[in-house]
Amino acid sequence: MQQSNMFDYKNYRYFKIAVVVILIALAAFLFFEPAVGHYGGSWLGYTLGTISACMVLWMTWYGIRKRRYRGTGATQGWLSAHIYLGTALTFIVTLHSGFNFGLDVHTLAYTLLLIVVASGFFGNYTYMIYPRKMTENMGEDSLDGLLLRIAEADKLARKIALLMPDEINNTVLRACRETSIGLSLIDQLSGFQPNCPSAKAVQELTALGKDLAVDQRKLYRELYSIMVRRESLVRRARQDLMYRARLGIWLYLHVPFTVGLLVAMLAHIVAVFVYW
Amino acid sequence: MRNHFDVIIIGAGPSGLSAAARAAEQKLSYLLLEATEAAANTIRNYQRRKLVMAEPRGLPLRSPLPFAASLRESVLNSWENVIADYQINIRYNSKVVAITRDVAGKKPEALKVELGDGSLFTADHVILAIGVQGNLRKLEIPGGDLPQVQYQLDDPEAYQNETIVVIGGGDTGVENALALTGRNQVIVLNRAEDFSNCKESNLTQLTEARQRGALDWLLETRPQSIEANTKGEFPVTLFAETPKGIERIPCHRIIARLGALPSRPLLESFGVAFPTADLAALPVLTPRYESNVPGLYIIGALAGYPLIKQGINQGYEVIEHIIGNPVEAADTALLREKFASFCSDRGIEDVLDKIQRSVPLLRLLNSLQLRELILESNILLPAPGDIIFERNDYSTSFFFVIEGELEMFIDEDDIADDSFKSGEFFGEMGLLSGRRRIATVRATTSCALIETPRRVILKLINSVQAMRRTLDEVAIKRIVHACIGLSLSEDDLNDLATHAVIKQYAAGEELFHEGDEADGLYLIRRGSVTVSRMMTGREVVLFYVAAGNYVGEMSLISGEPRYATVRAAIATEAILIDVGRMQGIIARNPEVRSSLDARYLQHLQEQEKRQQLETSSDSSSGFSNQSAQSSLISFLIQQGVGEATDVLLIDESLCVRCNHCEQACADTHGGATRLDRDTGPIYANIRVPTSCRHCEHPHCMKDCPPDAIHRAPHGEVYIDDSCIGCGNCQQNCPYDVIQMAVIQDQPEQSLWQMLLGIQPKQVASTNNTKVAVKCDMCKDIADGPVCVRACPVGAALRVNPEQLLGYASNNVADEHHILGFDDA
Repeated sequence: MQQSNMFDYKNYRYFKIAVVVILIALAAFLFFEPAVGHYGGSWLGYTLGTISACMVLWMTWYGIRKRRYRGTGATQGWLSAHIYLGTALTFIVTLHSGFNFGLDVHTLAYTLLLIVVASGFFGNYTYMIYPRKMTENMGEDSLDGLLLRIAEADKLARKIALLMPDEINNTVLRACRETSIGLSLIDQLSGFQPNCPSAKAVQELTALGKDLAVDQRKLYRELYSIMVRRESLVRRARQDLMYRARLGIWLYLHVPFTVGLLVAMLAHIVAVFVYW
Repeated sequence: MRNHFDVIIIGAGPSGLSAAARAAEQKLSYLLLEATEAAANTIRNYQRRKLVMAEPRGLPLRSPLPFAASLRESVLNSWENVIADYQINIRYNSKVVAITRDVAGKKPEALKVELGDGSLFTADHVILAIGVQGNLRKLEIPGGDLPQVQYQLDDPEAYQNETIVVIGGGDTGVENALALTGRNQVIVLNRAEDFSNCKESNLTQLTEARQRGALDWLLETRPQSIEANTKGEFPVTLFAETPKGIERIPCHRIIARLGALPSRPLLESFGVAFPTADLAALPVLTPRYESNVPGLYIIGALAGYPLIKQGINQGYEVIEHIIGNPVEAADTALLREKFASFCSDRGIEDVLDKIQRSVPLLRLLNSLQLRELILESNILLPAPGDIIFERNDYSTSFFFVIEGELEMFIDEDDIADDSFKSGEFFGEMGLLSGRRRIATVRATTSCALIETPRRVILKLINSVQAMRRTLDEVAIKRIVHACIGLSLSEDDLNDLATHAVIKQYAAGEELFHEGDEADGLYLIRRGSVTVSRMMTGREVVLFYVAAGNYVGEMSLISGEPRYATVRAAIATEAILIDVGRMQGIIARNPEVRSSLDARYLQHLQEQEKRQQLETSSDSSSGFSNQSAQSSLISFLIQQGVGEATDVLLIDESLCVRCNHCEQACADTHGGATRLDRDTGPIYANIRVPTSCRHCEHPHCMKDCPPDAIHRAPHGEVYIDDSCIGCGNCQQNCPYDVIQMAVIQDQPEQSLWQMLLGIQPKQVASTNNTKVAVKCDMCKDIADGPVCVRACPVGAALRVNPEQLLGYASNNVADEHHILGFDDA
């Protein structure tokens, strides 16, 4: 039985490989100074460039590989390699450029690559942080289960509120009607609703409970506890959605920019050979 | 109208129909008499769409009447076709009231059959095939004949929103009641104090239904009278006598399932003799099914053959007997095939006799049981040096040695630890424990073996008590031998075995408690136990011990009270060897002493280590890693990991909820995922998702009519294509990991489809029936379980509980790291 995450997979196998790759590239860069100087068009530059292009294609293949379930091998190994070799790739590409940057398609491809890698790093960060928080927040519950319980609480609260003074009834109704959970992407990412009607309702109820008739007290206490429970359910549901959104959002950078990178890289290669 | 026939067949059930169809084929003059208005009444009274079983599976069918396991409707339909095709000469509504010898007639030996309506027929031969269900017992109370009181339930769907009282706590009554729940208010009346006569699955469902509030029951209750109501919602009121007095139950309908009246008085009135006074005794019959009344034959359930297929075969055979054709029993051809390579020059009876003579255990069986056993078994003829099974295999079959010699190797060395000779048996350990084989068995000479499936042996030892006893005696001896005394003398072994006590424990029950006086050594032969101690005011699980090992040696060596509490993790069977006897053995056998000593010291060390970890962690941070560790063991055992052989866990601190595990499973398993990542209990970031644990004694295998659930050599429990979708396994699984789904092969998405997001076209499925699906541990997929391989972050892991829970031989810190608790 082995239990390793994507970083220490097989005792840091791909980290070690990545370090070796970087060291070899760096050594080559330092030891061989081509006559034309360090730039992509030197023989060293071509070599590093070819390697980088192949690596980019291989990195992209990961997106397909992880959805092909009938192959052999473990996806975890692929992801580990994807992360470490992707990082190594940035070094190699930088060496490939010979630190020559400008306002052209070549530097555009480089920039896109950096964005892709950076978004990947952010992804790693979310993968490390959020899974644990999600479990802390949800325990054994599922989001669907929470929403169902919120709906039930709504129904019950509205039924009891009908027997209460108008003010209380209105507060409860507003809380039930106007509470939204992850309506927009921004809401999802932030994990809260400004002026959340549910939270407000609980506050207002606290104040409104003071001058109730004795016979309504019991019902009021019941309603109050339902609303408090409801609010914490709402908060947990929002939290869960927030974690999900944050776990997923980086892919909306990572993938489109990868496509952009592939196009820019193609343009870069074509340009190099056309203007030989 | 003619009234003399060669044969009169009474009862148009499976046996009678079969006899009639054969008589028609043989162009005999015959008449089939049926008391009701339709054939196959018993089966007609089954619930709609009930599955009719075709047991015993191995037995061939040799009748013009077709029959295979299928739904009630299709069985009835195929028989209706036979009645039409053969133009069966059947007379309905013809209840026979008397059969007498017609002394005055033209043919003095003929039998006279008198019907309820006064008609008279004579025949040379009469075949009685009326079964035992024909005379349903009715409520002998006032109002028992009201139209709202019925004695069978044809279509449970026909009743909605009614209050229905079901009288009878047998299987039929319970099944009827269960079928009516959901849409109706159901009350079951049982005159016994519990439902112990029911099948286990019915009992579980019944209890569950009651907990859900879907039905209610009244125990020790007898109906007194039924009154029709002229007004009000309920048409009838049942008065029942309960332990608390008479209860009034207004209801819409009463369904009474009281079993059948014994048929003995009727048979006796025909002159049939019985061997004993017992009301359930079977009539005296010749091997050709003829009773003491010449010309009167009795077949089917009435003759003691309760299974449909047996009855159908007898219907055929009895006609052949009457014509005078020699027929051999239906299974003879199959047996001949089994014996094709073994003693093929001898007759079947001769070979069976030889087997019984060489294997004493098989002498305990009657010839019908022996034939059934051989039919379900294989004859193996290994050459010298052939391996029968290897250590750590998951095979569970049982072997009888007819000829030759074999050797068993328990440990790694090449010195035989035991040998088996002609007449002995082996494989009993796997039979009981359901675990891997503990030894390798190899043939030393040319052998002849009978390999019998576990299921068959278990069925036999449940019905033949003497066989169970013999098997137990030898099994105890063997486990004592394997566990503690490879060097023990035969006398010592025999002494231990004869005085050992087999003890059974339910899950959670204690074998012994910390501080108790030592009563002996416990050899676990089935199930598993946890060893725990009170440490710093909390019970801490120290070890997990699986079948094939022993516990309780510590106090035995030291003579002090029990160090720890040992508790059954699942239903467990242990063999107890008492203190005195064990100490005698230890005194006489230095080798046993030293091996026990070694175990003792090792345990002591481990325990010390654990104790230190516990106390240090307690002083520093309260609820720390180590205590989490032992709580995790308790948690996993609660989740049934103790009876698992391989369980899927999800590390929730790594899982990014991408669902690739489920998608991969569905994609490679006919479109239905066999795991539910999202459900299942969590403890300390470890989730036990809803997914098969491949139990040691799979609950799902308990009641599978087509025997479609198997265990592969590596322990995978899987369902094969013969599943009929009855859902028994789904209900029997305590972990809810089996679902019913349509299996549809998933076309593989091509690269272009994947890039463009096109779903590949589904091949139109030919078979839309739902079958049971569950995890098969990807046994047919190279590289192992796809759920684990598809997980990009390494959160899904499959573990074997012995690795997970077996602390005895592992470093605690290592385990600790393995579970990823360092930063918990």
